[in-house]
Amino acid sequence: MSRFELMEGSKAIAEAVALCRPHVISAYPITPQTHIVEYLAKKVADGETQADFSTVESEMAAASYVLGASAAGARTYTASSSQGILLMSEVLYNLAGMRLPAVITCANRAVSAPLNIWNDHQDSMAVRDAGLIQLYARDAQEAADLHIQAFRISEDSRVELPVMVCVDGYLITHAFEPVELPEQAEVDAFLPPRQTDRKLDPRHPLTFGAFADQAYYMETRFQLHQAVLRSRSVIEEVGADFTKAFGREYGKHVEAYRADDAAALFVGMGSMMGTVEDAVDELRAQGKKVGSLRLRTYRPFPADQICALIKENQKVGVLDKSISMGAGGILASEVRSALHAGSMRTPVTGFIVGLGGRDVTAETISRLLQRLEGPPADAVFVDLKPDLLGDLAETWKSTWETVATTQRS
Amino acid sequence: MKIPTGAVVDPATSLENETGTWRAQVPVYLHEKCTGCRLCEWYCPDNCVVGEGKHFEPDLRYCKGCGICAQVCPVKDIIMQAEAR
Repeated sequence: MSRFELMEGSKAIAEAVALCRPHVISAYPITPQTHIVEYLAKKVADGETQADFSTVESEMAAASYVLGASAAGARTYTASSSQGILLMSEVLYNLAGMRLPAVITCANRAVSAPLNIWNDHQDSMAVRDAGLIQLYARDAQEAADLHIQAFRISEDSRVELPVMVCVDGYLITHAFEPVELPEQAEVDAFLPPRQTDRKLDPRHPLTFGAFADQAYYMETRFQLHQAVLRSRSVIEEVGADFTKAFGREYGKHVEAYRADDAAALFVGMGSMMGTVEDAVDELRAQGKKVGSLRLRTYRPFPADQICALIKENQKVGVLDKSISMGAGGILASEVRSALHAGSMRTPVTGFIVGLGGRDVTAETISRLLQRLEGPPADAVFVDLKPDLLGDLAETWKSTWETVATTQRS
Repeated sequence: MKIPTGAVVDPATSLENETGTWRAQVPVYLHEKCTGCRLCEWYCPDNCVVGEGKHFEPDLRYCKGCGICAQVCPVKDIIMQAEAR
């Protein structure tokens, strides 16, 4: 029988990873990822988990160690955050380009400068184009479950891509929640040992990371793009199998919450969407027709599911915990692009929220609902403090307060 | 040739990739003062200098014309010339 206990999110992730029997774990400690690899290091040191656990000199080395091990046919795992993910980024592109399976936890944290160790999504968003599959967890239970699915998706012969499981730093990694962990035998039945013919073997040498000039390179990038797109059906299939084996519901890329008859919809990813769902309930109780969509799969981008779940007469607010400087919210621009490609004219407002760990509360969401009544806008920074902004205070107020005023008049 | 998954290929594909077309200058081995020290062979980053005794030649299918062999030759028995195309 499965175990159900109160535990830290990091421990739930570490236990789930250990249940997947990785051959090689390599990591460099960084807040807020540290507890995950500490738990794993202890399990290996105590002899509970049979794995090669390698402490290395940097995140780039950790990812490289994992790349080499994966090329040799091993099941591999690493984890990092923030600057560590950025330092890994070169290797992440290589893992994807060589089509090497690996599971990487991103304990989501803001990026320097200025130095900030708290949660937002800037780190994982910075590597979204590498050719990784990216999944975003809502809570500790989902974080644990997604890691078990991630190994199977990553190693599936139709996929062979690195999978990054994104879990909000502190909000998931350091929060204590009741988590149900499956038994080893159940995970063994769900996740068979990795099999591949394409591996480093001195008796049958192969070249990994070959040179490809103008005559070949574009084809390799087309193949990688197609591989990430095609992983979609495997993510669905693995999610459905997980539901069959463990009872919890997976397989959808986008989770809709009270969205059907909603006049306003909030779209976002990660743990804040739990808060948004609570806010939706409170606002519904006040008679406001509001709902939410949560992307669990971010890469491949589920554009058609987003279009299918959004209606033309709804007002959409996209919550981005990251920003493309000089452009705006990344998810907002992709949602807009998906709607546009689907010939839909739904108005979308891009909200920038929760950068560097600023709280996103149910009260925040109710104010955003008011703001949605106004005309759509891009990159509306939520809850700034005007007294800290100097000359820019008026600029900010014009994107935020003018609309609220317009609405009142 | 079909590109395999992840462009993971059999070894020695560099033999098929004739980088001699990149060359702007070509090394000319004069064969006048060669002492057989083999520095040209050892320093060639493309491993394309072949020979024995006191007679070495670059394989121009691969030589990129970098000039390292001419630079390291202690008796200046290798000179660089503009590639004629």
